[in-house]
Amino acid sequence: MKARVVEPWLVEPVERFVRETGARLTLIMTPAGQVLAQYGFTRAVEVMAAAALGAGIAASTGEIVRMLDEPAFRALNHQSPTHGIFLGHFDSPRGGLLALVVYGADTSIGLVQLFFEDLVADLAAAAPPPPTRGPVLAADFERDLNESLATLFR
Amino acid sequence: MIPGRMDAALDRVTRVRGVRGAMLVSSDDGLVVADALMEGVRGNAVAALAASLATRLGRAMEAAGAGEQRFVHLAAAKGKLLLMPAPAGMLLVALTDQRANVGLARLEMQQAVEGLS
Repeated sequence: MKARVVEPWLVEPVERFVRETGARLTLIMTPAGQVLAQYGFTRAVEVMAAAALGAGIAASTGEIVRMLDEPAFRALNHQSPTHGIFLGHFDSPRGGLLALVVYGADTSIGLVQLFFEDLVADLAAAAPPPPTRGPVLAADFERDLNESLATLFR
Repeated sequence: MIPGRMDAALDRVTRVRGVRGAMLVSSDDGLVVADALMEGVRGNAVAALAASLATRLGRAMEAAGAGEQRFVHLAAAKGKLLLMPAPAGMLLVALTDQRANVGLARLEMQQAVEGLS
């Protein structure tokens, strides 16, 4: 299975991360839940649900962090007997991004955290300069979202 | 497990000449539980990769019918990585340079692990 991405510069860093960690699912998205890359998902509705939930968790945890006068939200890990879920925030040349990673018992949170650091560095090195954007309109947002999902499941 | 006992176990291993650092790592998570490392050693990277290596080697030994893992000695061009299972799902990891006496390091690791039981 290959990584599906909205922009080509994301392919290599995401595929390397998946290869190194053995992650089962990986999602790179904006804090608003707009998906930039995905690996392992087979249906668009799963991607949309995971992105919305991941963005919601990051936002609510970020608010708790703010109430505690702590620095910004960085990462969360959930561990169950069969799966682990890692949600990490990172800065990139395209602004703040989130990575949502689901991994199995054949890998570990230590490996995921280790290669997450490499993923952040790889994305920073691969990212082209951000495009200049006009004001965000509701109609444009919906069109962009639909185009992104179409690209991710082409 | 009492942190003082972990420190004592790591201290015992790092006193061996040529040992550059020792760590107690959670085998399942690959996370550092306690460490005593020289500067410049990426503890989190070694912990994650050593735990993964130990898990895979353990599976290989199991598949080969060799029983449970006791000790791993990995020699590289500039140093050695020594691994030994420890109580409470941990792994004792030692990093050495080329001149370290592996036999002595192994003995100290064994006694350090016994001290953790």
